[in-house]
Amino acid sequence: MLTIDNLKKHFGFVRAVDNINLEIREGEIVSIIGTNGAGKTTLVNLISGYLKPDSGRILFFDKDITFASPYVRIKLGMGRSFQLIQLFGNITVLDNVRTALFSKYGMIRRGLLPADRYSSVTEEAIKILDNFNISDKKNLTPTGLSEGDLKILDIAIAFALKSKLLLLDEPTSGVATSDKFKVMDSIVSAIKKEGISTLIIEHDMDIVSGYSDRVIVMHEGKIMAEGKPDEVMENKEVKATVFGIVS
Amino acid sequence: MFKKPRWIVYLLILIGLLFIPRLLSIYHLMLFEYGLTFAIVGLGFNLLLGYTGLLSFGHGAYFAAGAYSVAMIGKYFPHAYSIEILIPAALFFSLVLSVIFGFVCVRHTKIFFSILTLSLSMLLFALLFKLYHITGGSDGLRVPLPALFGMSFKGIRRPEFLSGTYYYFLLGMFSVSFLVMKGIVSSPFGKALQAIRDNEIRAELIGIRVRRYRLYAFIISGMFVGLGGALWTFVNGHVTADLSHWVFSGEIVYMTLLGGFGILEGPIIGAILFTYLKLYAMGNTQYWMFVIGATLIVLVLLLPNGVAGAIASLLAKIKRKTVKGTTC
Amino acid sequence: MFSALAPARTWVGARVFFEEELEMWVVYTLNALYFAALLFLTSLGLNIILGVMGILNLAHGSLYAIGAFMAAWTIIAIGMNVPTFFLFISLLSGFVLAGIVGFLMEKSLIRFMYKRTLEYQLLLTFGALLLLEDIIKMIWGGQAYYASAPFDLLGKVDILGHIYPIYFLFVMFITCLAGLFIWFFMGRTKLGIMLRAISLDREMATGLGLDIGRLSTFAFVLGSGLAGLAGALVVPTTPALLGIGMEPLILAFIVVVVGGLGSLKGALVGSLLVGFTRSFGIAIFPEIELPLLFLIAGIILVVKPEGLFGR
Repeated sequence: MLTIDNLKKHFGFVRAVDNINLEIREGEIVSIIGTNGAGKTTLVNLISGYLKPDSGRILFFDKDITFASPYVRIKLGMGRSFQLIQLFGNITVLDNVRTALFSKYGMIRRGLLPADRYSSVTEEAIKILDNFNISDKKNLTPTGLSEGDLKILDIAIAFALKSKLLLLDEPTSGVATSDKFKVMDSIVSAIKKEGISTLIIEHDMDIVSGYSDRVIVMHEGKIMAEGKPDEVMENKEVKATVFGIVS
Repeated sequence: MFKKPRWIVYLLILIGLLFIPRLLSIYHLMLFEYGLTFAIVGLGFNLLLGYTGLLSFGHGAYFAAGAYSVAMIGKYFPHAYSIEILIPAALFFSLVLSVIFGFVCVRHTKIFFSILTLSLSMLLFALLFKLYHITGGSDGLRVPLPALFGMSFKGIRRPEFLSGTYYYFLLGMFSVSFLVMKGIVSSPFGKALQAIRDNEIRAELIGIRVRRYRLYAFIISGMFVGLGGALWTFVNGHVTADLSHWVFSGEIVYMTLLGGFGILEGPIIGAILFTYLKLYAMGNTQYWMFVIGATLIVLVLLLPNGVAGAIASLLAKIKRKTVKGTTC
Repeated sequence: MFSALAPARTWVGARVFFEEELEMWVVYTLNALYFAALLFLTSLGLNIILGVMGILNLAHGSLYAIGAFMAAWTIIAIGMNVPTFFLFISLLSGFVLAGIVGFLMEKSLIRFMYKRTLEYQLLLTFGALLLLEDIIKMIWGGQAYYASAPFDLLGKVDILGHIYPIYFLFVMFITCLAGLFIWFFMGRTKLGIMLRAISLDREMATGLGLDIGRLSTFAFVLGSGLAGLAGALVVPTTPALLGIGMEPLILAFIVVVVGGLGSLKGALVGSLLVGFTRSFGIAIFPEIELPLLFLIAGIILVVKPEGLFGR
């Protein structure tokens, strides 16, 4: 559903994204890994619309969105979470997700009845929180949550938009190592339940191999390797550049 | 929704308020009525500040719009000078003004927004001040007693009007304003505004057109403030261009922050407190600005969440203590 | 301030204005420059504080007033039986007192504002404004202080056939000196560069080891002093009255905002713009001058919200 053809983005001499071709099919979970500066975030910014490419095409459900605004891409079904958590800090966890739902359903014009009266939307929000295992915290505000829960909430909001493609930028960054798997479990189980396609950027290979259908390795703006997690892990070049293992 | 204990408290307070004219002297009753009109202003202003995160330093303009609508109709269309026309007129003109000014201002945020709102309100002030043939300039215009739903009050003196029919009308308008605002802030629309306040980037990302909703909030707040302004004129009997001056706008901000902008009831408490504080100070010392200024500074430093915020924290502490007590 | 002029008051005046001789244009221009000079000092002070500390000081006008009252009182106290030199030095008393008050303000109030939101700043400085206005009343009472000695002493000069007070030229001269000093100071001295560093990026500056606390205090004192200086310079032409600082505050505010936050050039251009609008506006159509000013400011802000030369 997402096709990228010969995408290029240069910043002066730096070839951040250098002729990338890739495809993501429906229901897939694809991870992109690579060293710092490999171009991963630039790629995600290009896909989500925060950057415009120098050349190449991006097709989303066969629509050319190469130069479309982020807003258009969201409306078409693309959702994104950020490395730095972006939450609504002063409203409840429930409202964080519920407001996204209200927006999705075009209900934010409704100004007379209390939000709690909209039972179907409220229930759906609670269900989403359930899928992510944080529904017990629904009446707390983000200030009372752990780092891992904050990350999960961030993704849950993107989730509420019923995106067909989720772009997760380092979903476990800032999360305590002991919690990383717990966080990923919650995220991936929710994703798999709805069959949403996901593109994950990660540093941590352990995280990635446990949850991805396919792994793409980027290096200096190009794709170095692509395939199933274990295949890619065994790739000599990958081992040398990404892991620093020379055999 | 109406079954929560909070509503019982509101109802009790409302019933209590019905008896105020019998309990207070006419002087205090007038102060209270001033307070009520500013409470409506505060509710409206706080929709923009507390719930949408925009600090306007020019809301006096909409107060003036509402107030001058009343005064001008009184001067130029005396045959139409009844409340059923005056209130809608005030709402209409404050709507128009807030649409025009709001459209310009919401494109900017934070300090630029504050600066722009201040400048625009001063523009209105300058116009009201200079066009004294029409507006009375710094002398202002008199505001006679209006007809209320067919009842005429000609020949009746203002204090009598204010302690009688008008009080109940004002109380009614206040209650309606409160209910409407409560509905707005707890609705999906209200949640969207709070999302914009908390994180406008993310709000945009979940599909909320931030600029547009800020404008909606601006307009609604302008109308509430205009309503307050109109209701205020009957208590004051007189309107001047100062209503659009930034210092007056500053007082509106002061009241809201004094009461606490994090809670719906905050501005109400702030408005009534400020009104009493100011008029008490003015009545007792020639250095009332010193008193008000010093109180403001002390309160802002000590009670960052305003008076209502402090009360709320206190109540929460008591709640926790009593819960703890029962588990022992 | 414009007692030397007799402005045309009606729309007929507009016609007369254009028909009048060139010399009137010269006078209006000189008046504009005088007005712009005072405004430049005031807005420069506001700009330094805003730029270096990120604080919008609503009490800035009160510091102007303090400078005015202090200078007026000193001039009157000194009397006429002293060398002229002392009369002019006494103008500096306004600068000094405003600086002292600024210092006290910074130490007591402003330090609470650094990490807080805009609302806090506006509220606290608004409270300070109210406080200071009444403190001025407490110290100097409610009467007007006329201190025209410096103005009278300098006499008048003939410029292109029209009589013009030398004092106005003196003010412009002082302002130019102050402006050059600030320009040199900010651009070339170590202290000035440190202040600019803070205004550009406070955190980075801390990282570089700059003593933010001390430097901020200095910036605040300097900015307040400039406001006081402007107030002091105006009293020989206008009596010191309660509330004298309110209009300069709002005009300085417009200048800062129109000229651009943190820009010296902007303060200059902004002051000239406001000065000329005011001078010519009052001459043509007195009623329009204030609304016109706000309208221009509003338009510039809408098009370029950072101001003409702002960041």
